[in-house]
Amino acid sequence: MKISFHYFFDSFNATAVAIAAGLSVLFVTTQSVSAHGFAGSRFFPATLSTDDPFVNDELSMPTVSSTVTPDEGGTRDTQIAVDIAKRITPNFGVEIGESFIFLKPRDERSVNGFGNLELGAKYEFFENDEHETILSLGAEVEVGGTGGKQVDADTFSTWAAGLFFGKGFGDLPSEVSFLRPIAVTGLVAVAIPTSASTRTVTFNERTGEQEIEIDRHPNVLEWGFALEYSVIYLQEQVKDIGLRAPFDRLIPLVEFSFETPLNRGQEGQTTGTINPGVIWSGKYFQIGAEAVVPVNSRTGSDVGFIAQLHLYLDDLFPKSLGRPLFGGR
Amino acid sequence: MNVRHLQFVLLLCVALTATVDGHAFLDHASPAVGSKVHGRPAEVKVWFTEKLEAAFSKLQVFNQAGQQVDSRNQRLDPHNSAVLLVSVPQLKPGIYKVVWRAVSVDTHTTEGSFKFEVVP
Repeated sequence: MKISFHYFFDSFNATAVAIAAGLSVLFVTTQSVSAHGFAGSRFFPATLSTDDPFVNDELSMPTVSSTVTPDEGGTRDTQIAVDIAKRITPNFGVEIGESFIFLKPRDERSVNGFGNLELGAKYEFFENDEHETILSLGAEVEVGGTGGKQVDADTFSTWAAGLFFGKGFGDLPSEVSFLRPIAVTGLVAVAIPTSASTRTVTFNERTGEQEIEIDRHPNVLEWGFALEYSVIYLQEQVKDIGLRAPFDRLIPLVEFSFETPLNRGQEGQTTGTINPGVIWSGKYFQIGAEAVVPVNSRTGSDVGFIAQLHLYLDDLFPKSLGRPLFGGR
Repeated sequence: MNVRHLQFVLLLCVALTATVDGHAFLDHASPAVGSKVHGRPAEVKVWFTEKLEAAFSKLQVFNQAGQQVDSRNQRLDPHNSAVLLVSVPQLKPGIYKVVWRAVSVDTHTTEGSFKFEVVP
């Protein structure tokens, strides 16, 4: 539930698009798929800024982030989010997420409130253990009108469908064995809002006239990836370099997260962040922290942060909450 | 949620998780992962982070030609069920590949492989 939906449209029938996306998710041919977070001998952690390709039982609580957006001349946007994902079958799962948002515009009073509810589903349709490769399809919706107006939560919904991927490089030759702990996960998705624009009418006290402001909401290509180097994989599969707890469970990574509007006069105006950080993965949970570096002035000018506590429900509750509702062992 | 509620939730979580095991990861091995060994090891031994199910776990050793060279007597350490071991005959100098699959007692499965080299 890490894709953000901020752009909107009216030329599509959003419901039809969503149904088509959902059906495409459900009817893709499946191949061998095993436990979440693994492809063969590769363990992939849950990433913080870009969604990973795994269908799993997990709880992110909380994810705390703070950035400064260009809105109102610079607005501190702090969010505390909770996401839970649940497997329905071993390959198909659903997700729900909510966040509480604090906004502090420059030289203005702060406001806070809930963001819109986010719902999603993901289907893992391909896994190749030998080549540590995994592919999934996902669909998500941000439910308009479920969040607070004071934090500018959208009054309309935005649907998205995307392809998620993961690839470990454990199949590299032994001559470059120290590159084998590298892995990449990422996504390519299209977000389609159910409204093309938002019209706001304000009264100008100085001129005594009404002013109409129109915000146009384009479809958006959302793309990103995480580049990881797993110390776990290094010591387990390549070479024991003598690191012991807690350093033997570290996964340094850099995440790249971008949004590119596709229409409505905003084509190509990409925004995004590059987020270097580290994840520590334990027996039942992982913790991660990243700096959030904006790539351009449209995104922001200050470095922010994101941090997360992420619980592995399948390890915590292997015989109840942490197993698929249907088809689990 | 007041403090009592929070305490109850925390106690519940502790109670629910007190007896569960997670995925079994390789902690360390002998010979060590990626190491060079002088002499001839009598066995290959792998320490995992969780207790294992012996019937579903495996530990095999292959030579560079892909032939299995262990004594096919893999077993859990009787004193520590998180340790899997297999005997090997006198290994000639060369590179050997250890392939393992670990099924923890809560049935989570992990797998992997590593190499070590026997040098004269």
